[in-house]
Amino acid sequence: MATQPKAPAASAGRAATRKELPEHFKAYKHVWVFIEQERGQVHPVSWELMGEGRKLADKLKVDLAAVVIGPEGEATQHAAADAFCYGADLVYLVADKVLEGYRNESYTKALTDLVNSYKPEILLLWATTLGRDLAGSVATTLLTGLTADCTELDVDADNSLAATRPTFGGSLLCTIYTLNFRPQMATVRPRVMAMPERVPRDIGRVITHPLGLVEDDIVTKILSFVPDRDSAKSNLAYADVVVSGGLGLGSPENFQLVRQLAAVLGAEYGCSRPLVQKGWVTSDRQIGQTGKTIRPKLYIAAGISGAIQHRVGVEGADLIVAINTDKNAPIFDFAHMGIVTDAIRLLPALTAAFRARLSPHTRDRIAS
Amino acid sequence: MHIVVCIKQVPDSAQIRVHPVTNTIMRQGVPTIINPYDLFALEAALELRDKLGGEVTVLTMGPASAEDSLRKALTFGADRAVLLTDRFFAGADTLATSYALATAIRKIGTEFATPDIVFTGKQTIDGDTAQVGPGIAKRLGLLQLTYVAKISKLDLEARTIEAERRAEGGVQVLQTRLPCLVTMLEATNQIRRGAMKDALRAARAPIVKWSAQEAGVEDISKCGLRGSPTIVKRVFAPSPRTEKATFIELAEQPAEALIEAIFQRQPNLEAELATLARGY
Repeated sequence: MATQPKAPAASAGRAATRKELPEHFKAYKHVWVFIEQERGQVHPVSWELMGEGRKLADKLKVDLAAVVIGPEGEATQHAAADAFCYGADLVYLVADKVLEGYRNESYTKALTDLVNSYKPEILLLWATTLGRDLAGSVATTLLTGLTADCTELDVDADNSLAATRPTFGGSLLCTIYTLNFRPQMATVRPRVMAMPERVPRDIGRVITHPLGLVEDDIVTKILSFVPDRDSAKSNLAYADVVVSGGLGLGSPENFQLVRQLAAVLGAEYGCSRPLVQKGWVTSDRQIGQTGKTIRPKLYIAAGISGAIQHRVGVEGADLIVAINTDKNAPIFDFAHMGIVTDAIRLLPALTAAFRARLSPHTRDRIAS
Repeated sequence: MHIVVCIKQVPDSAQIRVHPVTNTIMRQGVPTIINPYDLFALEAALELRDKLGGEVTVLTMGPASAEDSLRKALTFGADRAVLLTDRFFAGADTLATSYALATAIRKIGTEFATPDIVFTGKQTIDGDTAQVGPGIAKRLGLLQLTYVAKISKLDLEARTIEAERRAEGGVQVLQTRLPCLVTMLEATNQIRRGAMKDALRAARAPIVKWSAQEAGVEDISKCGLRGSPTIVKRVFAPSPRTEKATFIELAEQPAEALIEAIFQRQPNLEAELATLARGY
């Protein structure tokens, strides 16, 4: 149903593409970044988005504000203070005990009220499960435009937000504008932007705003929160080294070859979309447009053909090494290094060779 | 109990090609399918109906050919199909799409029965926004449960629902009130094989077809392109990388050769890997 780029080729109603911002939207100023917290922890990606927000604010010559919404207490205060170290000029804070744990109703009210009261021109959130749940409700309440899952943001010559996102499974990119409504909202895909450096700074201007809800006003109740088991918790998006496998592995049993190499390298393992669809690997391990975006220093792709949908998720890697039997596979168009051979045969050899090379014992022997 | 499932007919993305010159999607001959994520929503709805009784209505907005997807949904066992089709709906972004679908769901409510639950998939494979579900919920004033892995309890008398929602770093177990909107997570169930009687019924079943006016749209300027605050200004193919992959020749010891090449290119990596590997 979500058809932003429904007719990419068609001239999308030329009249609508002119900027004629209604008078009442002209008061909307400044760039806001929603700081995502879950259970007392700032989601690390939130600070990444501050770097992007800073860039846009500087181009527009406006302020960058961090929006912190959470339960009263130290964690929320700390998040607000930390925002200044990542470049915020000011912080909007809604702190209330009913904001313990994310709920759509309470967070939508908090964020919508802030927007209506302080009128930002740009509002950025992460395209996480929380960010997308919240952004959709807020944008619909405000009846403004929302561009989902962006990979690139910029400001154009007439100061409009240009939000670029992959579409049709990554086959195309499109740049989307919200010309005549405010705020211009976008959710941004985690890990597509570099983390800004933390510069210790004193806490600045914090504007607190009341939530205006009590627990009885909120219908939805959180009965419990079950944290992911450590074994199931994948650090895929943040791993320095990732090994992944695709259909070229031939059978679900052969996927253990990927896991074994990952174990020797202290790496995370992942896979391409077909393996999730076939049920060989769980979906939290999927890398690509509809899965995780990764930025490792080393990425080894075994038996992955390299469909556009996969490419989108791995382009931020420093070094992409592809193993595939087909020398014409598209993965070799974006890998830095390739080897044309059967991954099933090469992976065990690679595991053994890496183990030998990286074990302290071997290295000590070589050194002496 | 009445459940409405919103589905979308999408091009099979595995077969999409981009025109090398015009950078547009080449739709000709690309088969269409029901958005795969929507099948998990449909199956969840059918399971609830089979257990608790009631009806499942599938709803889609699209061109006349989207009827194919509705018939397919009927073969799985849906009871009724509604096609929302009108040139005024064309070019809708997520805000305009949620307006049209919410209007149609209201009409379904008055025409047939008020829905207790509205289901959508997590997102579509062509738009990938995951925003239409929350948009419909907001417009209809429904409580929303997104990224639901499991509906653990549904009490029609008490009008409550309990669900496991995928959140960052864990699962939230939420309880809320009916009516509500649920967006269903992928791989949470297996779409059934349709029964023969459903296949026969699906082939002949009447499809309810509504234009914007028939669906109860009062303000046509909220639909389609005109009702869309977002504008697609530029569509382009990802720029090809100028650098091509360096191929490692298949030597006697290809693994060692590959490792050597990796460390030659990234000299700092060996020490870092040794540290990482020690962690294990």
